[in-house]
Amino acid sequence: MTDVEFLLWVRGPAFNAALFIMLAGMLVRIMEILLLGRKPNLAAARGSAAAGGLHTLWRRSIPDKDSFQRSTLVIVAGYLFHIGLFVTIFLFVPHILVFERLLGFGWAGLPSTLIDAVAVITVLALLVVLIHRLTSPVLRLLSTTSDYLVWALTFLPLLTGWIAFNRVGLSGPMLTGLHILSVELLMLAFPFTKLSHAFTLLMARWYNGAIAGYKGVKS
Amino acid sequence: MSASFERGYQALKEQIDAPIAAFLSSCVHCGMCAEACLFYTETGDPKFTPIHKVEPLRKVWHQEYSFWGKLARALGLSKPLTDADLCEWETLVYDSCTLCGRCSMVCPVGNDIAYMIRKTREGMAAAGHAPAGLIGASRRAVTIGSPMGVKLPALQAQIRHMEQEYGLKIPLDVEGAEYMCLLSSMEIMNFPEYLGSIAKIFQHAGVSWTLSTQAFEATNSGIQIGVSDIAAILVQCIVDAAEKLKVKAVISPECGHAYMAIRWEGPNLIGRPFGFRVLHILEVLEQLREQGKLNIKDREVRKLTYHDPCQVGRRGGVLEQPRQLLDMVAENFVDMPEAGKMNWCCGAGGGVSTNERADELRLTAFKRKKAQLEAVAPDALVSACSNCRIYLEDGLEEYHMDIPLLSLTETIANHLADEKLEVIHHDPHLQ
Repeated sequence: MTDVEFLLWVRGPAFNAALFIMLAGMLVRIMEILLLGRKPNLAAARGSAAAGGLHTLWRRSIPDKDSFQRSTLVIVAGYLFHIGLFVTIFLFVPHILVFERLLGFGWAGLPSTLIDAVAVITVLALLVVLIHRLTSPVLRLLSTTSDYLVWALTFLPLLTGWIAFNRVGLSGPMLTGLHILSVELLMLAFPFTKLSHAFTLLMARWYNGAIAGYKGVKS
Repeated sequence: MSASFERGYQALKEQIDAPIAAFLSSCVHCGMCAEACLFYTETGDPKFTPIHKVEPLRKVWHQEYSFWGKLARALGLSKPLTDADLCEWETLVYDSCTLCGRCSMVCPVGNDIAYMIRKTREGMAAAGHAPAGLIGASRRAVTIGSPMGVKLPALQAQIRHMEQEYGLKIPLDVEGAEYMCLLSSMEIMNFPEYLGSIAKIFQHAGVSWTLSTQAFEATNSGIQIGVSDIAAILVQCIVDAAEKLKVKAVISPECGHAYMAIRWEGPNLIGRPFGFRVLHILEVLEQLREQGKLNIKDREVRKLTYHDPCQVGRRGGVLEQPRQLLDMVAENFVDMPEAGKMNWCCGAGGGVSTNERADELRLTAFKRKKAQLEAVAPDALVSACSNCRIYLEDGLEEYHMDIPLLSLTETIANHLADEKLEVIHHDPHLQ
């Protein structure tokens, strides 16, 4: 297989397979949750469950002052790498072209040099997160092999993307192919690991807020 | 696999609903919940991280309700839940969690961890891994009618005592009264002034109320130990009495978990909505204040602060009422930092106070409350839960802090205008 053939394979059949597994897997994951259902609450409501759910959906993105002071590192590094991932994935012009091909529409991107800088910040934030996971007694207790695997799978596309963009070492098609392959690995892992929180967190926040909102508390 | 473990496993399995599956699917192991838990912040021991306490429940969810977990189990790749796990987790689930729910307010993905720990206790208790203190309290609650073994004659003695002290009649078994009041064992035994105070306030405000000789105990060990069957029996007892007396509402006393039990869990435990309302005493007092029915003769001059009982405030929704009432009755009411829905627990809720084994840990965790109190340095501390009150006093004594504890209801009663004097004042013959 030549470098170009490799690129064509990862862009074509491999990408389609990864996309299918990610979407079908997430659908199964979400159905597994929803089908468990909830018993109706027979206690008289004081507030609105729906209003509480909606409130917590957005409000939980903003830590309260005291939590921020207690968990500054986790929150700052966490915010940085999440925003960094969003910017590099969705606002890099070559990526937007991929989305345009998939969805039929695109949007404006940011200059490549800016994306390059964001990628570097994201990589640094991810390294901080990893060091914290390796050194904090709480995180060492909580962490499983899956946590480290997910970290690596999140880190690799950034690394390969940065290398491909800056043309270090191998041929262009090979570097791009490796970058796409690393993204596909991330997509494959999505429904089977904590990566699925990107979707299930919406449900978790909704339920939390609804349980509290029903009792008249904004959570 | 032993029969009791099998029972516990099944109980855990039955607890898992869509919210729990969503929560467990979303945890990213960030560790922020540890910083929200007084058992972690005051010990620094990672095993007290809230999400770690639900590990037995997570394992059952994973191997029973997730595709990946089921596959791993079929291939023999996962470590299934064992009785040894439950044994190891007993102290984490009962001794180092007051179900205060502060972690549930902090989790960035929105996990209601306290909701899950409450559910985990159902499995622990079914498998026979509950603390002896809570088992004893639950047994007494079912057989005697009170976790502290308080029987009707003890209540009747306190009623006579309070009637003499306050010069008021305390109504018993009055059919058609508007409110039926419940009491906690601790109030009957340690703080009977609560009973005298509500009698005084209700007479002052012209409220019709009664106690029931059939159901006067408000506390519910069933929800603390995590046995819904017991909890339902205790709730049913109150429902039967309230329906027999045809009251419009039942008033939960100054007790946190009693309010949770009757107000929020109650109808779900017995499987039907109540035909009467359930109110916390602070909700009733605030309604009376709003209606202008509470006339005070003077205000408390000491600097007061308020401790929100977790099940009344954060988990119960009664957050504004105590502040309105304190503003009425106190000249210098100051909230502690993080008061209200982010308040720090006294460390003794959720059955921890009934579990002697947890005493040392509870007093260590109290350092969080101590720090919160020191930020305000009040002359007196007001609360609305007799369990909080006793164990706040215990903690303050341990750390040599001299801050008197007050009940909010009693504080209001003490400052009420004397109705009799008012009547004399308006008597034309005396003018």
